[in-house]
Amino acid sequence: MGAPWRTPERRRGKLAALSIAAMVILVGVPLWWKTTQTYRAWLPVAQINELAKLQLQLSADVEVVFARGTATPEQQKKVPVTQTQDEDHAVDEADLSLHRLSESPCGSLVIYVIPESSSLLPENVNVYIGQRRTALLRIGAQMKVGKTLKQLLAHLEPRVKQILQVMSFSHNDITAALSDRVRFSPDNKESIADSMRAFKSSPGYEITFSLLNPDPKSHRLHWDIEGAVQTYIQPLLTKLSPVANFSLDSQILYYAMLGVNPRYDSSRSAYILNADSLAHVINPVEARLGSNAASSNPVLNFLLYVPDAHHSPLYIHDHKKREVQTNAFHSPRWGGIMVYNVNGFYQTGTNFPVDVNINMAKVMGVFLAQLRLLLGVQSTAPPSSFQVAPCGSSGLADWELDRLMWSRSVENVATATTTITSLAQLLDQIGNIVINDNIAQQVSSAVTSLQLAVAELEVGNLGFALQYSKEAILASEKAFFDPSLLHLLYFPDDQKFAIYIPLFLPMCVPILLSLLKIVSEVRQRRREKQAKKD
Amino acid sequence: MKILTLLSFFTAYTLTASVNIEDSAGQFFSSGHTNNWAVLVCTSRFWFNYRHVANTLSVYRSVKRLGIPDSHIVLMLADDMACNHRNPKPATVFSHKNMELNVYGDDVEVDYRGYEVTVENFLRVLTGRLPPSTPRSKRLLSDDRSNILIYLTGHGGNGFLKFQDSEEISNVELADAFEQMWQKRRYNELLFIIDTCQGASMYERFYSPNLMALASSQVGEDSLSHQPDLAIGVHLMDRYTFYLLEFLEDIHPASKTNMNDLFKVCPKSQCVSTPGHRTDLFLRDPGSVLITDFFGSVRKIEITMETINLTDPIKQMEENSGNDVQTENNTYVDQLPVSEIIHQKPKQRDWHPPDGFILGLWTLILLVFFKTYGVKHLKHVF
Repeated sequence: MGAPWRTPERRRGKLAALSIAAMVILVGVPLWWKTTQTYRAWLPVAQINELAKLQLQLSADVEVVFARGTATPEQQKKVPVTQTQDEDHAVDEADLSLHRLSESPCGSLVIYVIPESSSLLPENVNVYIGQRRTALLRIGAQMKVGKTLKQLLAHLEPRVKQILQVMSFSHNDITAALSDRVRFSPDNKESIADSMRAFKSSPGYEITFSLLNPDPKSHRLHWDIEGAVQTYIQPLLTKLSPVANFSLDSQILYYAMLGVNPRYDSSRSAYILNADSLAHVINPVEARLGSNAASSNPVLNFLLYVPDAHHSPLYIHDHKKREVQTNAFHSPRWGGIMVYNVNGFYQTGTNFPVDVNINMAKVMGVFLAQLRLLLGVQSTAPPSSFQVAPCGSSGLADWELDRLMWSRSVENVATATTTITSLAQLLDQIGNIVINDNIAQQVSSAVTSLQLAVAELEVGNLGFALQYSKEAILASEKAFFDPSLLHLLYFPDDQKFAIYIPLFLPMCVPILLSLLKIVSEVRQRRREKQAKKD
Repeated sequence: MKILTLLSFFTAYTLTASVNIEDSAGQFFSSGHTNNWAVLVCTSRFWFNYRHVANTLSVYRSVKRLGIPDSHIVLMLADDMACNHRNPKPATVFSHKNMELNVYGDDVEVDYRGYEVTVENFLRVLTGRLPPSTPRSKRLLSDDRSNILIYLTGHGGNGFLKFQDSEEISNVELADAFEQMWQKRRYNELLFIIDTCQGASMYERFYSPNLMALASSQVGEDSLSHQPDLAIGVHLMDRYTFYLLEFLEDIHPASKTNMNDLFKVCPKSQCVSTPGHRTDLFLRDPGSVLITDFFGSVRKIEITMETINLTDPIKQMEENSGNDVQTENNTYVDQLPVSEIIHQKPKQRDWHPPDGFILGLWTLILLVFFKTYGVKHLKHVF
């Protein structure tokens, strides 16, 4: 009689158990592993880490041209194209003709050095910064004759550097632009205010002009907003088009009051708004201003408030109780408000309502100044011996545009790099997020654009650098804010056990038990064999 | 002696420097924010959770009163109490007994209502990962200079908060969401208030900078509700939020009360639970943080000193709009797939095996039949 384990059924049973176990281990486990894996497309992590170091090198082309009488011909350093500057031009005419000499591409500067005795600039002014990309630098008295090239250049270098800091970029500007990454610890408190005031770089902005008429019974206001925008604002926006897109709209709000009551000042027989109460003006009005529901671009609001007949004229006083010339104020990253008094246009006792035509040139002058401030165009005041030409009809000098482009490029590059690196870190940390192909593609294109932007900044092609940096930031934002990247799948380990045990345990227990049984039978057989042998 | 004089000079210098700074730059340096946002979430549904909706709406009212506009508030209410069938006074939500204060009113702007309030939507709002079709009012469009107030209320436990009675958000997920907000610089400072049972567990895991958190109860304690109203039949408010609101009633847009007073709101004698707070991640000293930095919206103001002299007259717009611009015939995209509805062919429905209930029912019937009449009758069936 054979041992119990020799019977065919037992053998069949053992084979069945073994084959099932084999199937589970060889086919089942890999299949389960593969099907529960999250799809993660490949990301260029090495390049991202390389970019994270962010070594930026900015170079601006500066051409220094020596006018006759400042340097001997051997001392000329760069392209020797000069014209005689002897005539008594007015300074701005000279600037214009100099500009026609060499049309400089954006990002570069031309500095013309003029002799000490030149009458182009007034007495106490050493540097004149023109509307376009030129500057006039008056050479010092000690450099008259007999100095070597080296000494001349050594004398000029700090002056040229100073001009560069005003016209292109300075250390403070770049640090402010990098405020995302660099913990901005400024020694200059003015620059904190500057960095808080200007809007962050964004691909588009929306500008809304609103006319607030709290008293339609007394005033019928007419403003030619379309013409004013076309004539005064649009040139600036067209010039700024490489930096961002702008969309404009306008509205008129009736019965919109300011939230504060102005004080009556009998000495001036006018109503006064203190600087302290200005902070509470905006909020009640803001609830009534609409915004474009379709876009997520930052909104700049410009409000023109015409006080009602009972509270006219209304003046704004600053912190020192002086009257403000422009009668306007602005709020950082929000917009500006101007108070326009119309009581001068009619006599008391006329039949209400009175038709009033608003002087759009005055209004737009103030709004344009506020717009420049809010977009970050304005810089800190230049040193005292500098004279800056007033900006032209477009409201923006070329070098101011360059300045803005420099800081925007740096800001875009820094922001895009931070976004990409934090995205890579996030995806690394959380293993459960699915990385689709389109995200990987956006990340790759962002990395490529960033590398190109950094290269262009090194060379000094400002236009291309800005364009690449804009592409980089668009791609990186798209990748970071993709709706599919939700890390909702946070499963603590005990929850994972709770999910898998009811599925796998009932199946695994019989297999394990039968395997154990086989192993114990084999062992027993071997022991018996040993016993038989002995 | 020298050191003393040096020290005195140094302190004198810094004092004068700071005084000058105060004069010249005004209120810029009391806080680094330029705008305020609020995300107010009520996570529970059903009529007996009336008090959570009333909590959230009361905080919404206070925040609006102190100046934050609707465009900067994301209000998420998981259920509609005002129009609930069991509400004896429809279109109202009261927060005081004897129906003193209706916090619903007619200018409440709810951004996420009913079943839209989910953990996923909440996290999407915080991190900004919303689908491109989301309108502006449903987005949190904050930047690096925004102070955000986040208020959560509902039922919670040790480390989680229950959403809609069916899902939950854990404190790890919340901390990760805040970290992602910090990475993308979506806030300058963030105040997190939670009014649930064991609320302190929700802020245990925070690790991003500039976060301040308040909770209504510690781990192991329950937050209790304040008072029932016999006419409405449910509890109207939770204790912590009730006393928080009492505190906020005294705040007006120009007040200078700071956060240390907020921490003292609702002591154990009034609240029965022990409110907690966490400030170790916050960079500024809480004593220098104004309540209105988070609950209100006090704008920074600068006087415009310059103007640009514009001398060109306004260009007359030429009448060329008729000739140049091609008037396109715009049409609406099909709002309803009308053609599909009208010309619909009957859909080929996939065959599904019969439902369990039907199957069970038939099995029961067959069993009973064969039990009664014996198995030999099977031949009549087949």
